[in-house]
Amino acid sequence: MALSVALIPLLPLTGFVILLLFGKQLGEPWAGWLATAMVAASFLVACGVFIGLLDQHENVFVHDYFEWIPAGSFRVDVGALVDPMSISMVLFITGIGSLIHLYAIGYMHGDPKFPKFFLYLNLFVFSMLILVLGNNLLLTFLGWEGVGTCSYFLISFWFDDPANASAGKKAFITNRVGDWGFMVAMFVAFFTFGTLNYEAILADPSGVSQTAVTVIVLMLFVGAVGKSAQIPLYIWLPDAMAGPTPVSALIHAATMVTAGVYLMCRINPLIGAADSWVPWVIAWVGAITALVAASIACSQMDIKKVLAFSTVSQLGYMFLAVGVGAYWVAIFHMVTHAFFKALLFLDSGSVIHGMHDEQDMRRMGALKRFMPITAITMMVGWLAIAGIPPLSGFWSKDEILGKAFEAGGQGYALYAIGTVAALMTAYYMTRLIFRTFYGGENWRVTPVPEHGQTMAAAFAAMEPEARDAARDAVPDLDLAFTPEPAHGHIDAEYEPHESVWQMTVPLIVLSVLAITGGFLSLPFEGLNFFEKWLEPVFERSGVHEGEHSMALVVILLVVGAAVAVAGVLFGYSVWGKKNPSTQRALEPAAAGNGWYYDIVITRFMGGPGELLFNALAWFDRTIIDGAVNGVGVGLVAASQVMRRGQTGYVRRYALGIGFGTLVLLGFVLSKVLVS
Amino acid sequence: MSGLLLASEGIEHASDNSAILPIILALPLVGAVLILFTAKARPDLIRTIALTSTAGVAAGAGYALYVFETEDPGVQFYVSRNWVQALDIKFALGVTGISLMLVMLTGALCFLAVCGSKPDHDEKPYYVWLLVLEFACLGAFMARDVFLFFVMFELSIVPLYMLIGGWGHGRRVYAANKFFLYTLLASVLMLVAMVVLAVNAHAGLNGGITFDLDLLANNATGISTALGRWLFLGFAIAFAVKTPLFPFHTWLPDAHTEAPTAGSVDLAAVVLKLGTFGLLQYCVYLFPEAATFWAPTLLTLSVIGIVYGAAVAAMQKNFKRIVAYSSVSHMGFAVLGLFALNTIGIEGSVLVMVNHGIATGALFLLLGWLYKRRHTYEISELSGLQKVAPWFAGAFTVVMLASIGVPGLNGFVGEFLSLLGTFLAARWWAVVAATGVIIAALYLLWAYQRVFHGPVTEANKGFPELSWGERACIVPLIALIVFLGVYPTPLLERIQPSVKALVAHVEQHNDGWHEDVPERQPGTEIATEHDEGGTPAGQSGAGEHGAEGE
Repeated sequence: MALSVALIPLLPLTGFVILLLFGKQLGEPWAGWLATAMVAASFLVACGVFIGLLDQHENVFVHDYFEWIPAGSFRVDVGALVDPMSISMVLFITGIGSLIHLYAIGYMHGDPKFPKFFLYLNLFVFSMLILVLGNNLLLTFLGWEGVGTCSYFLISFWFDDPANASAGKKAFITNRVGDWGFMVAMFVAFFTFGTLNYEAILADPSGVSQTAVTVIVLMLFVGAVGKSAQIPLYIWLPDAMAGPTPVSALIHAATMVTAGVYLMCRINPLIGAADSWVPWVIAWVGAITALVAASIACSQMDIKKVLAFSTVSQLGYMFLAVGVGAYWVAIFHMVTHAFFKALLFLDSGSVIHGMHDEQDMRRMGALKRFMPITAITMMVGWLAIAGIPPLSGFWSKDEILGKAFEAGGQGYALYAIGTVAALMTAYYMTRLIFRTFYGGENWRVTPVPEHGQTMAAAFAAMEPEARDAARDAVPDLDLAFTPEPAHGHIDAEYEPHESVWQMTVPLIVLSVLAITGGFLSLPFEGLNFFEKWLEPVFERSGVHEGEHSMALVVILLVVGAAVAVAGVLFGYSVWGKKNPSTQRALEPAAAGNGWYYDIVITRFMGGPGELLFNALAWFDRTIIDGAVNGVGVGLVAASQVMRRGQTGYVRRYALGIGFGTLVLLGFVLSKVLVS
Repeated sequence: MSGLLLASEGIEHASDNSAILPIILALPLVGAVLILFTAKARPDLIRTIALTSTAGVAAGAGYALYVFETEDPGVQFYVSRNWVQALDIKFALGVTGISLMLVMLTGALCFLAVCGSKPDHDEKPYYVWLLVLEFACLGAFMARDVFLFFVMFELSIVPLYMLIGGWGHGRRVYAANKFFLYTLLASVLMLVAMVVLAVNAHAGLNGGITFDLDLLANNATGISTALGRWLFLGFAIAFAVKTPLFPFHTWLPDAHTEAPTAGSVDLAAVVLKLGTFGLLQYCVYLFPEAATFWAPTLLTLSVIGIVYGAAVAAMQKNFKRIVAYSSVSHMGFAVLGLFALNTIGIEGSVLVMVNHGIATGALFLLLGWLYKRRHTYEISELSGLQKVAPWFAGAFTVVMLASIGVPGLNGFVGEFLSLLGTFLAARWWAVVAATGVIIAALYLLWAYQRVFHGPVTEANKGFPELSWGERACIVPLIALIVFLGVYPTPLLERIQPSVKALVAHVEQHNDGWHEDVPERQPGTEIATEHDEGGTPAGQSGAGEHGAEGE
């Protein structure tokens, strides 16, 4: 067992090392196949470990491999904690991971840095597995930083474009703000418990100072807010879409961004022992993020940006679940979300690929005819995330909203916010589907923005006749957003194409999972397998299942389904038919610009922030170094004065000696005479 | 002298490797003398001699690391010869787990600095000065006599002055003079403090004068609390300038920017450590009471240095100045952990010294190779280098991430322990200092983006990739960076006994003062009880035995 658990992360690490040494020699496509095989092998081993875990006492397996940092009374080992939660994470990380690796073989075809891409992907999977398997906070932090670093590499993978490089840097630095919280939390945890081991920390936190536990939870939450892109640190995730689309699917939708949710679930006994307002803070941050991000997603033009804000929003749901104590539901939604969001991203990648790097939905339309597999699988993803029964998203999202409702008090407000966000979700996904796959072939009439040019500028520069035709087809070409990088360059004659099998097979597998994923756990006694499986992990969280009537469950399910259907129908009525004025009314510029939050932050960093740093640099140059040089200058000036005496003329010295003798003589004589 | 005889006998039993330190110390000197007798027209032979002798030091230090008794907290490989008998000044060498690490660091980095760079003129004096610099630094780390330390400490200034002034770039004379005058003036205070200490301590035989480090640390009966605090300050200012600690840091960016590559590597990796090492071995060990008295001041200055150094680094337009200011920030972590005055913090501090030496040494090597290719350090002149030189960019990335403190690489462990130790002693200082990790990511990634990312501009199109020789030089450093990040235990287990002894020494001289350790909860099992309740006495056997001999 110890060996096979170690193999889970070691296999992708082996892939990384081989690619590091021989990546160039392997080349395309073998580098991709090797990386895929390593992650797939890791998945198989994980399946074996899962079966083995069923035999373990309480389904938990802990093993320390070697001493990592021993210093005084501080000691941290490299060790694994395999329990129902971490093995569930491992299974979906390696499972979805290997599908996305396979997809990337097709997607990255022809890229000169093909082997390097898979090198980073394997390193990422390794770090992610360390994150979930580590048996102490510091090892989780190692994985946490590792995935962040890989994310940095992969966002700025096409670094020739300064926008991509900036996005990578922004992701890393924003995450560092969260990491600061994580580090402080570890200091407090060590101060309080004398160790960072999960077993010891989580065993019985009731005996320690509640203030300390509250600080630990809040500081870890700061870390989680950074990694999982919640308000106020979510700004890096939409920009992270600059990376290749398989990266967006794997790292920025399915796995890495859920690390914050995982961390919160892992420390559930601490959340239970913290002050009672702490869970509410988590729930409110989650709910508000879910709502705000959904509202922004409604007005995005870039197909990946819609999905990016959608991810932020869905992560908000998971934090809402954590906040109301429904930890297992958070993990459940994490898994179903991984299925359908990975699917949606890969589909969008297939669209972008088929449209020769075009990402602006205003230039799409009618693609169902050209890429049927992509279209059908993406519609599965659409219905799943919208919450149409019986697809996976319906079960997990409604479970979260149901738990919020059951929490009572503030829970009703959270339920209301979550429901509104769910309505928006169904709407913006419907908008995406109809703009992409239905309607006219808009790339034949819309302008091609040049590099760095916005669509609005390209539109304004059109010939009047062509402009009218374009406006008739697409009503919102004049909307400009900051920042809006233009990627595509296809012209009116372009014929979109369906993607290769390496890309479509993962789409089909994921759409089957997105349909059936919900059956992992149905809200009926006897059918709630996943809930029962995870139950032991959360039994020390201090949350007790209230009695809930079957009638309430059914009512909430029906309301949830009705909201989803309403959202879809409303979306259809606006985007499925020609309805330009409503379409424009539903896309306020403020929402498209993310309510200007990102812009304000960027302006602040480039304005007062930079000014402050420059002031410090000036202070250093002028005041501190000036003082040092001032001492030097002062010494030189003083010596200049002293130097006047040293003329080298013997007659001057003789005069001085003579004068001095006279003074001395006078002094002595006066003494003698007085006495 | 019976006490001192006993002292050296007490050491001998530990190992029969007493010749090892004199041999290591002599090697660079021998190399320098050989070069002096080599014809100026044979630069290749001169370089071979320099390479051989520095490689010899590295190998010798590696051997010392290997035969070092891990569990022994005292001084090992101790040798002592009388120098000035009347004042009991000795030529005494020895290493503890702490100084051993710095000897090893000196050996490795000085060798790689010679490997990785060549002077563009006057090979002969250049290599002589480099070797003298190595000799002086080794001597300072090995010295067990305050006077010997002072001589070596001062000696290290001269060759660096010559290297900057003779082989540097741009405003090299200004930088060299500034460095020389600033550090020399600061150490005048140390000279005064040292003499006052030796004369007043009555620590020698029959209460006489002595310069023996361990005797002064353990038997200084004649130093009042107030005097001790003043003397601490005398030493501390000299070391604060050398470290450099805010606000005594402004000589460093100038010296670094104008120094030749090998000079920068040695300066960052080794010479700066003389400052933090001095604070540890001279300030804290000699004046344990004053150390607790001044700790809040030094903690505050290091926190300011960490955040301020990082912020100022972000705004520099010259790549070398960025790394220079990053040293101000990183060395702040070393002083911070040290003045947490607990085992975790001091171990972290020693690790920061070693790791900063490796990472910043590697950064300066890489920047040297950049300069060799483009003859500039100006960031605005560079762009898109990752495209034309992926190897160079890859090596730079790893070293940069180590410097940022990404876990899994060496920089993290030291910084984390340093901050953790500080948190136990002075929590708000640690919370503020930890923000330094955010700014560290900011200035390095920003610089990296401007230099390595983006489109390749015309001037950078022909940027040559790393040569095989350069790869051979940087790969060992990268291997060390990864290894020490994943498995720092070999260092920690050698450092720990000496650090524990030092902390016990501080506790002994401060009534009622105890190291800060976490509150232990009943029921939370801690698997860390190794050797609590051992007898951590004075830092060295020599001190103990000296005391018995009286």
